[in-house]
Amino acid sequence: MSSADEDGSVPPPMDPAARRHARVMGIETEYGISALAAGSPAIAGGTGAAYIEDDLHPMQLSNHVVKAYGNSSAGQPAGWDYETETPLRDIRGYEISRSAAHPDQLTDSDLGMANVILTNGARLYVDHAHPEYSGPEVTSALDAVRYDKAGDAVMAIAAQRATQSLGRSVRLYKNNTDGKGASYGTHENYLLQRSTPFDRIVTQFTAFLVSRQVITGAGRVGIGQASQQAGFQISQRADFFEAEVGLETTLNRPIINTRDEPHADASRHRRLHVITGDANLSEIATYLKVGTAAWVLRVIEAGELGRDLRLDAPVAAMRAVSHDLTCREPLYLQEGRRTSALDLQEAYLEACRDHYERVAEDLSENMRIEAKDLFGRWQDCLDALRTDIFSLAEQLDWVAKLKLMESYRERDGLSWDAPKLALIDLQYADVDPRRSLYQALLAKGRMRRLVTDDEIERARTHPPEDTRAYFRGRMMEKFGSSVVAASWDSVIFDVPDRPALQRLPLLDPLRGTKAQVGQVIEDSATVSDLFAALGR
Amino acid sequence: MAESEQSQRKARRTEDREIEELPPTDSAHKAELDSEVDSLLDEIDDVLEVNAEEFVRSFVQKGGQ
Repeated sequence: MSSADEDGSVPPPMDPAARRHARVMGIETEYGISALAAGSPAIAGGTGAAYIEDDLHPMQLSNHVVKAYGNSSAGQPAGWDYETETPLRDIRGYEISRSAAHPDQLTDSDLGMANVILTNGARLYVDHAHPEYSGPEVTSALDAVRYDKAGDAVMAIAAQRATQSLGRSVRLYKNNTDGKGASYGTHENYLLQRSTPFDRIVTQFTAFLVSRQVITGAGRVGIGQASQQAGFQISQRADFFEAEVGLETTLNRPIINTRDEPHADASRHRRLHVITGDANLSEIATYLKVGTAAWVLRVIEAGELGRDLRLDAPVAAMRAVSHDLTCREPLYLQEGRRTSALDLQEAYLEACRDHYERVAEDLSENMRIEAKDLFGRWQDCLDALRTDIFSLAEQLDWVAKLKLMESYRERDGLSWDAPKLALIDLQYADVDPRRSLYQALLAKGRMRRLVTDDEIERARTHPPEDTRAYFRGRMMEKFGSSVVAASWDSVIFDVPDRPALQRLPLLDPLRGTKAQVGQVIEDSATVSDLFAALGR
Repeated sequence: MAESEQSQRKARRTEDREIEELPPTDSAHKAELDSEVDSLLDEIDDVLEVNAEEFVRSFVQKGGQ
């Protein structure tokens, strides 16, 4: 590749058949955060004194955490390009010089909150008083797992560094509620065709989101938003959904979110922002979560679901499914037919298999392999949920947690309101491998895996190769000091000897891949070389 | 419902045992499993934060998305 094409973004497009079937997606997670002031017992074996709550505002604390990681080698502080559609001269805040991008003087205009674009293409920043890791765009469920686990690794390092720099023990949790009424999200994003009627998504995807909890649930101690009732439920998030469709994400949360910010060509694409999911530690749960959702969306886009599978009362069903540990709670469709979470999942799986048969020959070899693997695991989970739920203890978070807690209940005679069970719930999700109970199970060979530690470590520092995240990540790695701002669909450079900042749009998520720009980045010693090679 | 589930599970285990017709091996296996679970719980006890009640009480979050 030697020159930029007419729209100025990074050429050339990928093979049309592959493009038609590629599904761009990503996962973003807000982590729970707390700090223990000096004097609190660090971990078991400490003094047994009371924990002393820290007086740092969670937003400041989150800021410290993001900065602590940003000062390490895998990330570069950079501004966030909030106005991706307007020319550079119109963007506020970009008259800054490169010196302003010094790690201690972050250039973000968002209230001075830290914002780091990582060399793996992810964004690490402060959102709603939580540190958030927004993973890079990927096209396969397995890559989604790699980059989701990479986010956990990022947070583990960030927590350790912040602990050192603040002199207080900083704890980060990959969960979605404090059990006292607050919830924070793990969102999935799926790029859809603009031509798909949104109403069809609402009518055909809702029952999928309601029923998939039996696979994607992370398990939770306490029933009700503030755990008003003692007990265990399948999902961390279910009790926080109060509407069927809507724009909000923090109040009156809807099952189908209508935020329409495609971060891509809005005339061709829509980004479906899925906010119902739990934060999963289990690799298999994450794999099934995004893999099955992406396939169901393919079916819906193709108009091949057949019937609508509309639930009579989706919000109530969301809770009913989460509260029923047998997975057999009857649910009712609008047409009056009785069904269940497992029957609904079975119906979606069947529709995916039928659709697969129709499109298989157009898919790449890798897509076919992943689809077959996904459908097999999906079916196995549904079968096991019908016959012996505990046989999934090594695969699904909620079952792993439930099994562990039932062992404790039996040994120690604990009731569901025992603080120890709430602690196990919380500490299962601690990102620090020394304290994480998920990691303890993993170390004992009690959780199955899909990726290796080496793959996760590589994903922490290297971008996926088949989306624009590749270009973004490589720019941060190689020319990070010249990047003054970036967003999902642009990178802005300060190029020596050029009077104005240079903005490279990346509106197409499938351009800027290694195949397209890997060589030119390799061959460019400086950012000036890069711009010359791009013909800009 | 938990009770009936449990008795169902027990019934299933009993059936399995009858089919296998190997009660001594099965109970040895069960003892092995029990001790495995015990050692897992002991290990987890070692990493759990001390004073569960205080720790859980102090974990209060601001809402997010």
